[in-house]
Amino acid sequence: MNHTDGAFVDVLQFLIMGIQRGSIYAMVAMGFNMIYNATGIINFAQGEFVVLGGLMMVTLTMAYNLSIVFAFILTVLFLIIAGILMERLTINPVKQPTVLRLIIITIAVSIIIKGAAMVFWGKGSHYMRHFSGTESLDFYGARILPQTLWIFAILFFVVVAYILFFNYTMTGKCMRACAINRDAARLAGINDRKMVMLSFALSAGIGAIAGIIITPIIQMDYARGAMLGLKGFGAAVLGGLGNSMGAVVAGVLLGILEAMGAGYISSHYMDAIALVILLFVLFIRPSGIFGSSEAMRLKEF
Amino acid sequence: MKGKNSAGFLALIIGIIATPFLVTNDYYLGVLIFAAFNSLACIGLCLLMGYAGQISIGHGAFVAIGAYTSGILTAKLAWSPWLAMLCGILLVIVIAFCLGIPALRLKGHYLAMATLGFASIVHIVVVAAVDLTGGPSGIVNIPRLDLFGYVLNSDRQYFYFSWGVVALGIYIAFNLINSRMGRGLQAIHGSEDAAASLGINITSYKVQVFMLSAVFASVSGSLYAYYVNYIDPGPFDVGHSVLLVTMVAVGGLHNIWGALIGAIFLSLLPEFLSFLSEYLEAFGIEYQPDFDTLIYGSILLIIMLFLPEGIFKGITGSMGSVVSSVKKSLGRTAGREQ
Repeated sequence: MNHTDGAFVDVLQFLIMGIQRGSIYAMVAMGFNMIYNATGIINFAQGEFVVLGGLMMVTLTMAYNLSIVFAFILTVLFLIIAGILMERLTINPVKQPTVLRLIIITIAVSIIIKGAAMVFWGKGSHYMRHFSGTESLDFYGARILPQTLWIFAILFFVVVAYILFFNYTMTGKCMRACAINRDAARLAGINDRKMVMLSFALSAGIGAIAGIIITPIIQMDYARGAMLGLKGFGAAVLGGLGNSMGAVVAGVLLGILEAMGAGYISSHYMDAIALVILLFVLFIRPSGIFGSSEAMRLKEF
Repeated sequence: MKGKNSAGFLALIIGIIATPFLVTNDYYLGVLIFAAFNSLACIGLCLLMGYAGQISIGHGAFVAIGAYTSGILTAKLAWSPWLAMLCGILLVIVIAFCLGIPALRLKGHYLAMATLGFASIVHIVVVAAVDLTGGPSGIVNIPRLDLFGYVLNSDRQYFYFSWGVVALGIYIAFNLINSRMGRGLQAIHGSEDAAASLGINITSYKVQVFMLSAVFASVSGSLYAYYVNYIDPGPFDVGHSVLLVTMVAVGGLHNIWGALIGAIFLSLLPEFLSFLSEYLEAFGIEYQPDFDTLIYGSILLIIMLFLPEGIFKGITGSMGSVVSSVKKSLGRTAGREQ
């Protein structure tokens, strides 16, 4: 009896951990999708947005002692500005884009952000205080941190805001129109350049939120961006590139698979699990579990 | 090899022979030896990226596989370094084949991410498989390379040897480019559909050049292991794969000489920056090696924005018309053969 109880608690614990990790992947994937939908570009600096958000939050809350809410808003605004700057300075000026050139440009931006983060925040990892205490709660025998509940709640809030924005606001609808057919959208009087800029702003903002909420748990350092970006991309592909609701489900699924793998197979290879899944999806079904191959052909850049 | 390229090749050989007489400091000679390893990997990567038009952000993994195969077989099993290097080559051929078949069907961003994912997986395995790779503490006591029973002990000997291998690599690369396959690859770069309609087996060509570029990377890894005699996972992270792409892109994607110049330029850049820092200090600016990453990224971004053809084109700007006429004549010969 005790044994089965223990096994049940284990599963529950891994599930909680998995959803917590997966929430972050889901938000990174949503960031990828926004830029991809608007431009057809995969932004290799997406993981760096998360790192920058986390580190900025550390400085504002720990060094300047701002309240969590105020620091949260400031950090997101800071990243939105960073996203706009990235688009205006590095994407917008490129007159004859090729895929290879755009990939290398976003890689260059990611190197610059990583290098800047290393200069400003050093190589160590940074502790940040939890939003509301570190006393873990009991959930049917499993332990759950209040911060984890914050992560779930904020993911939920982001998803709802995303749906409302893209379905019920004029700007959101314009962005969707651009994603479906940019030329047609332009003919209908939509300023597509502005929508591209907006997509970078929102994408950086969502990355900032992901970085802010996970930092108390993982203790952010400058070098985490590549791995976060890769796993987030894994979630985006698994959910069907461009499909943000698919990305949320896929992100959480990826997080759970990773946590289960770490718990039952080997924690040393934990980071590899999500990447192996990424490769398999790319090789076998690059349109993702929710995407149709037809939609994918239209999008190929 | 013909015309301008053979002149370039001659200049390279003379440069290789002369350099150790000009650079007598062992430390700087060592830096140039590291530049040779990067050059070798970049020549292979340039064949894949510049000529076949396929991106790989995973070639650091092939360097790692070459280095670790050499390290494990020589230090732990006391194999001959040459045999170990050969095993590394065979291993990456098999891996590149298995990875290339599914991966090279992907395009653009998907291929970039797939190769990046592959590089991450290899790095994770290198760190985690402690029994095999020594984990984070790495492998020590890797022997030096011997040539006909004569151990390459001094840096000068190793300089000549490693740059000799680079010259051989360039020779092979140019032979490939000017072969039927090379023209096929450039056709694939132009348009896959058009190339296929002309009877070029796209998949086979792409996988073959992927395997060849992996072999270049593997050999560079093996030479690295035999030179430093010690390997750990540190230099083989994803950042190294990105650095190789950076080198090729900075030098110029569409030209082997560009890849070579990019590799040498970025390999020497940290030395140049630390040299510069002494002067900057006089103006009250304190330069730290931590800034290197930032400088790398900025250089890459500036080149991609303003000189998308790379610095090689910038240097040979006046000869630009010659390059384009060579390209045109290449195109004509390719057209005639079809």
